[in-house]
Amino acid sequence: MTVDIEPRSETGTTVLLSGNEAIARGAVEAGALVAVGYPGTPSTEILESIAHRTEMQVRWSPNEKVALDVALGASLGGVRTLCTMKHVGLNVAADTFMTMAYTGVGAGLVIVVADDPGMHSSQNEQDTRAYARMGGVPLLEPSNSKEAKAFTALAFEISEQFDTPVLVRTTTRVSHNRGVVELGDRMDKPVVGFERNPQKYVMIPGHARGRRPALLRRLKELAEYAETSPLTKESGTGDSFGVVTSGIVHNYLREVLPDAKALKLGMSHPLPIGRIREFSKTVDRLFVLEELDPIVENDLRAAGIAVEGKEFFPQVGELSPDAVRRGFAAAGILPEYLSIEPAPGTVARPPLLCPGCPHTPPYLALKRLGAVVTGDIGCYTLAALEPLSSMDTCIAMGSSIGMAVGMAASGGAGAPVVATIGDSTFLHGGIAGLADAVYADANITVIILDNGTTAMTGGQEHPGTGTTLQGAEAKAVDLVGLCEALGVRDVRVIDPYDMGATYSAIEGAVAHIGPSVVITNRPCVEAPVKVRDTPFKVIAEACTACQLCMTAGCPSIVWSEETFEGRRKVVIDPVTCTGCTICAQLCPPLAIIPITSEAEAAR
Amino acid sequence: MSDNSKGLLLAGVGGQGVILASMIIADALMRAGFDVKQSEVHGMAQRGGSVVSHIRWGKEVASPLVEKGSAEVLAAFEWAEAIRWVDYVRNEGAVVTDIKTIVPPGACNDTHAWSTAYPRFEIDLFRSRLIETRFVDATANAVQLGNVRAANSVILGSVAAFVGIDLIHWEEAIASLVPKGTEEINLAAFHAGMNAPMAQIPAPPAEPAEYLGPHLIDIQQDWCKSCDICPRVCPEHCLKLDTDGTLLVINADACTGCRLCEMLCPDFAITIRPPAAAEHHEPAISGRKM
Repeated sequence: MTVDIEPRSETGTTVLLSGNEAIARGAVEAGALVAVGYPGTPSTEILESIAHRTEMQVRWSPNEKVALDVALGASLGGVRTLCTMKHVGLNVAADTFMTMAYTGVGAGLVIVVADDPGMHSSQNEQDTRAYARMGGVPLLEPSNSKEAKAFTALAFEISEQFDTPVLVRTTTRVSHNRGVVELGDRMDKPVVGFERNPQKYVMIPGHARGRRPALLRRLKELAEYAETSPLTKESGTGDSFGVVTSGIVHNYLREVLPDAKALKLGMSHPLPIGRIREFSKTVDRLFVLEELDPIVENDLRAAGIAVEGKEFFPQVGELSPDAVRRGFAAAGILPEYLSIEPAPGTVARPPLLCPGCPHTPPYLALKRLGAVVTGDIGCYTLAALEPLSSMDTCIAMGSSIGMAVGMAASGGAGAPVVATIGDSTFLHGGIAGLADAVYADANITVIILDNGTTAMTGGQEHPGTGTTLQGAEAKAVDLVGLCEALGVRDVRVIDPYDMGATYSAIEGAVAHIGPSVVITNRPCVEAPVKVRDTPFKVIAEACTACQLCMTAGCPSIVWSEETFEGRRKVVIDPVTCTGCTICAQLCPPLAIIPITSEAEAAR
Repeated sequence: MSDNSKGLLLAGVGGQGVILASMIIADALMRAGFDVKQSEVHGMAQRGGSVVSHIRWGKEVASPLVEKGSAEVLAAFEWAEAIRWVDYVRNEGAVVTDIKTIVPPGACNDTHAWSTAYPRFEIDLFRSRLIETRFVDATANAVQLGNVRAANSVILGSVAAFVGIDLIHWEEAIASLVPKGTEEINLAAFHAGMNAPMAQIPAPPAEPAEYLGPHLIDIQQDWCKSCDICPRVCPEHCLKLDTDGTLLVINADACTGCRLCEMLCPDFAITIRPPAAAEHHEPAISGRKM
């Protein structure tokens, strides 16, 4: 993943920034001093792009809940604070989120939540706009990089003016779209300091009862603000129809219907119902164009405004210029949509574990064992796909362990029950699950795939890595000590590149009665350091085309044109091979050898 | 508005450098004075999956995504990816593609037909929509210049004619974005790409020699001592030790005849036989896994 270094200053210059970089820049220009979050596609690059700023504290937290707690603490301490996460991260942070809406903030607090319509890299496509409504928190939706910067800076102002956390919601196509942005100056915002106010910040029932009406009053004021704010923007002409839009889809509307009358909601919660009602009176038909759920559509219906929307535009997946054109064609606004047939005959190319990935051997062992594997969120979730196909569940961050406890309790697994979880995911949400496994004396094995980084999102630091986002050294959580402290009696550490040791450790742990833990200790081959050893090659004459190496699913190994008894032999791409030795250890005729020992092999 | 905005797609395989290449195009267009939007997806796509980047440019760009059937040109770093994304190209547009092939390991799994479904090169494949296909041997060009990693710049050079901006903007964008120390070779590769001749289409791969079809697994149960070696080595997971120690054939149709089990059985309890002559006249079953 390419992450640009956010430009230092050069106020007034124009640069290409991704939506994520622009959000970070907006926070910088608004004078934010603390920025905190947990990595998650498509939000990760926000914090990475400002990690070099020594005047700020830019940090990864172990999970989104902690990140939001840190953010609220910093805000109450009196500094403008940015908190970032992906959509499902807000589920983890929801406990804090729902009550911080009651307390309000100190200095400005902006929560950026990046939604992933279409699930490019997510387990669901929940809509953060629903959280804004449930929590009673204002939500801004930038539609491009320019707005991403401007809205983030404005969100800090709104946060302080109305004493509320503010959500900035992006989607993949805003976060990962580069556009031209003009840079501005960094505002100097000194630390205000904490003001004690238990009535406001200690949410015991007696105090919270007072804050609930305050929250509702604030929402009313915010709705009035939205009515007159330049965030609500009308454009286009015509009286036959009008379109209410927000975020990225406004761009698709403009692509497909450049001059259509539109009301773009920069703040889509609370809604400027008055403005929308006025707008609706100027057109014969009113459409709501929104990605995912019919949230604005339902709100407008509830307000007695007649609208059309989801009957023409899909509720599933992300919208696109094509989907918008198709929808308006179905609504009779545009001529019939003529779809273009994709060209036939290409091959599927699903994502794979990288060549040399240390996650591969444990899953080979689990497949041989026929274990019921409760999986988790990370690169290793790819082990669910062919040819490893050795994962049975994947739900949410940290779910693997609790689900294994439950699976064991059910007595219905019919095979050993094994939870697999990465190091970052374990520290994020797995520790409590392991405590429960000990508490329940569950007969399960937990494999902690410790590759020393948050690999799926591109290699971020976490409390187990011994380093911070800003490059400082830190204390590293001792995973073995932690598991033992929780009460696990059988904790084994293995080198996953040692196939024999991996198989026997996992089989031994599975045989142990009660909870057991196996920790793999090879680093990720891609981050933070690219691990490259001597690449291997296949001695074609020795290959019997048995296909055993192919069961590892290594992207560096493919079929060659040569055959043995009609079966395809294999070749290794020396450019991508990392020299991990996994295939060589599998090969029965010892046909796979390091390239440097060619002379030796010829003897 | 965006009536005159144009679109371009870059496609390749995770790790090929699609995103850097598209940042160079976007930067060159910005230097030429255009409004630019460039959009891609990170995450899963990185792990050897298909990667695509959309670039739009014009006076004022609305959508960052190219609408299907509207791109001027598709620049593909790999042939299968050219086919995957060609529906975004407009009628009478163009496809510039490397003659490189990256066969996904997942395509190497049909152990009946022993054939990858990797598409053949065809110059006329997109002709029904009057789309011109231009093959470039970017790897050969880059190797000639001394660094295989400059292949992407060769493709960029081959695409430049479709973008139509001054050379200086390309040169500045390349110099500012490629890794330090590789500016010169990438600029040379870009120039090579501008003048790259139409590449010779590689010959289709040879068809595999005749395969006899699924083999038969004979187990001499009273010789088997349930040592569990064969189920561990079978690449196709054909064998399983039952809870009572009986060796079961659970996936008979998948046996490729590799004989690992037969050779490793300490008790000579397994014999693998080719299918009877009469049985393999029927066409091989294909598409076992997908």
